[in-house]
Amino acid sequence: MVTYIVRRLITAALILLGASFLVYLLTASSGDPLEEFRASSAPNKQQLMDSRSQLLDLDTPAPLRYFKWLSGAARCLVPFGSSCDLGKNIAGQPITDALGFALVQTLTLVTGATILAILIGIALGIITALRQYSALDYGVTFMAFLFFSLPIFWVAVLLKEYGAIGFNDFLRNPEIPLPVALGIGAVAGLIVAVAVGGAARRRIVSGGIVFLAVSLILVYFSVVQWFRNPGLGPVVIAIAGVGLAFAVTLLVAGLKNRKALQASLIVVALGVVAYFAVQPLLNQATAVMIVLLGIATVGVGVAVGYLMGGYDRGQSMRAAGITSFLVGGLVLMDRFMQAWPSYFSNSRVRGRPIATIGAGTPNIQGDFWILTLDTFTHLILPTMALILVSLASYTRFTRSSMLEIMNMDYIRTARAKGLSERSVVMGHAFRNALIPIATIVAFDIGALIGGAVITETVFSVRGMGFLFLDGIMHTDPNPVMGVFVCVAVTAMVFNLIADLAYSALDPRVRIKA
Amino acid sequence: MSQPTQQEEFLAEHSHPRLPGASLEPDAKGLSQGQIVRKRFLGHSGAIVGLFIFAIIFLMAFTSVGWAGIPGWWKYNHLDVSPLVNDGVPTASLWPPAWGEHPFGQDRIGRDLFAMTMRGAQQSIIIMLLIGTIAGLLGTVIGGLSGYFRGWVEAVLMRITDVIIIIPVLLLAAVVAQSVNRRDQGGWFSGFAASNGILILGIFLGLVSWVGLARLMRGEFLTLREREFVDAARISGASNSRIIFKHILPNAIGVLIVNVTLTMSAAILLETALSYLGVGVKSPDTSLGLLISQNQEAFATRPWLFWFPGLFIVLICLSINFIGDGLRDAFDPRQKKFNAKKAKDVKPAAEARKISASAADGSAGD
Repeated sequence: MVTYIVRRLITAALILLGASFLVYLLTASSGDPLEEFRASSAPNKQQLMDSRSQLLDLDTPAPLRYFKWLSGAARCLVPFGSSCDLGKNIAGQPITDALGFALVQTLTLVTGATILAILIGIALGIITALRQYSALDYGVTFMAFLFFSLPIFWVAVLLKEYGAIGFNDFLRNPEIPLPVALGIGAVAGLIVAVAVGGAARRRIVSGGIVFLAVSLILVYFSVVQWFRNPGLGPVVIAIAGVGLAFAVTLLVAGLKNRKALQASLIVVALGVVAYFAVQPLLNQATAVMIVLLGIATVGVGVAVGYLMGGYDRGQSMRAAGITSFLVGGLVLMDRFMQAWPSYFSNSRVRGRPIATIGAGTPNIQGDFWILTLDTFTHLILPTMALILVSLASYTRFTRSSMLEIMNMDYIRTARAKGLSERSVVMGHAFRNALIPIATIVAFDIGALIGGAVITETVFSVRGMGFLFLDGIMHTDPNPVMGVFVCVAVTAMVFNLIADLAYSALDPRVRIKA
Repeated sequence: MSQPTQQEEFLAEHSHPRLPGASLEPDAKGLSQGQIVRKRFLGHSGAIVGLFIFAIIFLMAFTSVGWAGIPGWWKYNHLDVSPLVNDGVPTASLWPPAWGEHPFGQDRIGRDLFAMTMRGAQQSIIIMLLIGTIAGLLGTVIGGLSGYFRGWVEAVLMRITDVIIIIPVLLLAAVVAQSVNRRDQGGWFSGFAASNGILILGIFLGLVSWVGLARLMRGEFLTLREREFVDAARISGASNSRIIFKHILPNAIGVLIVNVTLTMSAAILLETALSYLGVGVKSPDTSLGLLISQNQEAFATRPWLFWFPGLFIVLICLSINFIGDGLRDAFDPRQKKFNAKKAKDVKPAAEARKISASAADGSAGD
């Protein structure tokens, strides 16, 4: 095992050396960094050219410059050393600073999108695998292929036009005409009718209920101008919480486990009480406090589950913990909604909240809620675009993995033992289907750091992809090398983790030293 | 995975009756592998629709504006400027069906968007085919050699693969784009590159996108070379080249074709993305990605300039993806149409015919 890891790391280091040499030469030979001065007619042309030549050390041939760069970069390996030197970019800024800034931008952009895409993709994949060859399966398959074929820059421009500009125009006068409300309701009802499955009668009834509910809610929203002054309130939190409690218990423990259900319901009641208790506290919120409150929420849930016990204490704890986390999320969402009107009328936002470019409104002032809302409104479009294009592969992969597992003999054995469908699917099939998914998730997390070059370009986020592209455009090897080294190291480390995880999760796969 | 699980899967597959799509009767006559694949592919409606759409786009793109000097049937080409008709609004209408002077509209200076889109689709298809061919060939050769001969051949080739896989494609595309731009600096390469930008781009992208295929083919060769029929061939004195071409390659061809198709659908998106970023196809020539990049600012005033190129990217990519899906279903016996619910219903009936079915499967296998 240790020999295997050491060997992999040594190979990775050698590959990295070779690849970084190639990348340096390619970048250096991809253009002429002095081009913009050659054509200029500025009187101090020669001086400008000389200063840039000196800055980029252009008099040294590129292969030698690589080794100079390498000697600086090698010092980054010294732990806790502050002598890390990745060179300077064409503007004279140290690459280490630029990388730090870009990394934060990129991670805020892609983390949420990736997590959501993985969650939604896996859920859709499982559902379609369980309903193979149903209308839902064909629909989702077609959508997956469609999303797979969408160029992200095209989606991004469409989202900007309809998601941002259209929605902002709508917010100016948030009234939904009755036919539109009925239309949206009908579409929602249709989707539910297709998704529910079962007998025709059950489909029609559930589709009809959803149609009525969605249409009524939209009309209500329109009447009270909900989109201007959104909010959930304790009643909605309580109702949604009870629904969540049932859903989570159904998935985690099964409704037969009464103690788990009771634990979840108690947690919901506690959540509604806490809703009133924490409001004054939330008014002075900071990011750290929210995280601490989140941990405390889950802790309370797990504790309630532990106290309720039941025939399977672990299940109760899990059910109550997840329910409590979700109810906490609802309370948080409500607080964000309370801050919405003041964000909306902020002098910097001026009633057009959904932003099309950048990572934040410049010079915006406000408390934690306003600033976080500002980040959210800037993130929402790129996140949607990224989710759309990366959802498809997760869905298809989970579906095929799940289908393969569902045809295994041990699933038949589990059914023959008389286990409920829930425990067959969640306990036996899903866990094993996750093994191959875990590896592609690890790959994708490794690739996260690289950022989404095109998404960052379209939405003008100055992240890693932007840094990389900018370096290429200016024939500036140092930022390119900085990004490349970061990306390559994380990708290799996560590849190793993926391989190790595979053998840890599936004992049939042995790692050969 | 180790040998026992493969055997289990093999047994599991063959104990199931062959269900809906492929009916039992023709199998019983004993079809060759190619016949089975063709039959399954033709039975996959998504793939057939995809093939049909792709054929139409292909014909339209290459005949309308002409290619390689051969004139097409459309009156404009992508560079012709003509007076604006009705401010460039598309003249095509679905009802009454009419084609009009400029079916897809015109851009700001009066170029015909239909001609530009067709030209762009041509470029995308050429690049896609180039990438598919080069990546398929290189991937098979390198993956096959390292998987079959193992030892130092494998070590060297796979390390090269590892190096290439982590070099960003964007960087290589930028280098190519730069060398295309330097047409005045002489040298046969830049001269050739300047006049054949598309070919160079396609070849370069092909030279870097074989790595995934090579890994897959290596895996295929690694498992296939351990199979009994390869041992049998070796014992009866077959040469390495005979084993590779006659015994291993025909069994790996399914994986190869499917993944080449998927590489090609990714290639379309790669080309459009690179053109969008300004390092792919350059103006005055045009491509679908470049058209979108040039016209995204005009979305509010001339949305058709944005819609039609995007629509063609999606259509080409979608049809290729569906063809690939059909091929995968056709080649992969594990993904055959198996439905647990239907299997339960059919089981009693199938039980009686099990013997004939498994006999037929045996003859139809590899």
